[in-house]
Amino acid sequence: MIRKVQMAVIGGGPAGLSAAVAAASQGVTVEIFDDNFIPGGQLIKQTHKFFGAKQHLCGTRGMDIAQILLDRCTQHNVIINQQATVTGVYANTLGVLYPDKFEEVEFKSLVVATGASENMIRFVNNELPGIYGAGAIQTLMNVFGIRPAQNVLMVGSGNIGLIVSYQLKQAEVEVECIVEALPQVGGYQVHASKIQRMGIPILTNHTIIRAEGNEQEGVTGAIISEIDKDFRPVPGTEKYLSVDTICLAVGLTPLADLLEQCGCKMTTISELGGRVAVHNHYMQTSRPDVFLAGDVSGIEEAVTATLEGQLAGLAAAKYMNIGNPLIIQNKMNEILIQLNEFRDGPFGEKATYGSQRLLKEYSYE
Amino acid sequence: MRIKKHPILEFPVKKKIEFYFEDKKLEARDGESIAAALIANNIRIFRFSEKKQRPRGLYCAVGKCASCLMEVDGKPNIMTCITPVKQGMKVKRQKGRGDLI
Repeated sequence: MIRKVQMAVIGGGPAGLSAAVAAASQGVTVEIFDDNFIPGGQLIKQTHKFFGAKQHLCGTRGMDIAQILLDRCTQHNVIINQQATVTGVYANTLGVLYPDKFEEVEFKSLVVATGASENMIRFVNNELPGIYGAGAIQTLMNVFGIRPAQNVLMVGSGNIGLIVSYQLKQAEVEVECIVEALPQVGGYQVHASKIQRMGIPILTNHTIIRAEGNEQEGVTGAIISEIDKDFRPVPGTEKYLSVDTICLAVGLTPLADLLEQCGCKMTTISELGGRVAVHNHYMQTSRPDVFLAGDVSGIEEAVTATLEGQLAGLAAAKYMNIGNPLIIQNKMNEILIQLNEFRDGPFGEKATYGSQRLLKEYSYE
Repeated sequence: MRIKKHPILEFPVKKKIEFYFEDKKLEARDGESIAAALIANNIRIFRFSEKKQRPRGLYCAVGKCASCLMEVDGKPNIMTCITPVKQGMKVKRQKGRGDLI
């Protein structure tokens, strides 16, 4: 038998939880499907305080934001299904795989908030155990309290690379150095300065070309090299580092495959991280019953994910004619202003450019 | 290795449980993933690849990359990064695609 829900949300991170709360507050019955066994998405590993204005829960640590959003879900009777992997979308039905069963769930509206996956770069032996995505390192340290390494090579000096380097030091792990392929540091200067004050060198125009290791221990070292302006290694500049772990912080790609399967119109925008579903201001895709929010709509961060989630949840309620349309419209207008204010700050330039390109494509329809 | 002291995080002592890795009894904490429990025990080779039998371990820790697949209680291809470890669980390194029977 097919179970029926008014609104299904795929993903229990900042965007999905916010969408669920926003819709439920208008009287929509909502169920979230999340593949992990702990809800909160990437928030639960974020020990740093967020930038921005107080109204966006800034100044609060990510992991505390997760708890605030989960409490709001409970208040609004949002059902959160854990270890519930959505394996496909078939017309108006989700296929959901649990550890012990498979079920079909029919929805009137759907919010896809699947987030993003960590990028991988090409170098010799790049799949050796001991090479982790930055998110994995954060999970081990900040969620489970496990020291994942003795000494680390960090690849990538974007904000994630810088923040995770700092968090590694907090867990008393040595960071040998950070290599950055571009001629300048990718993340904010405030983070970079903090890292340099800790004595961690940031080598620009450098990359990893080889991981060393064996079948018993995994990674035992790394070879880095200077690269020229065309990103080719400069012979003779190779350097061996004795590290037991390599952390890759080289960007994220939206997890948009379920949206593609929904039949949503897709496009590729590099500023947003790759393939994304075309959508309007209210996070509605080309399929009117399907909405999206968070990193899946373009790589940004948790504050914009929560705002986009609220928009998607409200827009889905409006689409289903649930709640007061005037109140919903006013709320959506307010959130849009907040979103634009946040992106107008020093942090949103790239995302603003990306989403403008996307809206242009939407308006061509 | 577990973090003993941390400037901003506290890790309340959780219930200790026992599980088996390659028939060896190991200690884990209630509420952590299988992958986390293994890494806490300094084990990071989780499986061997199909074609060249190369070692693989945890990579993304969010159920997206399939690098951490292991055989758990006789079932292959379990994503150990998003599966909680349980008392008495039997975890084995997976070879290739694993045995489905």
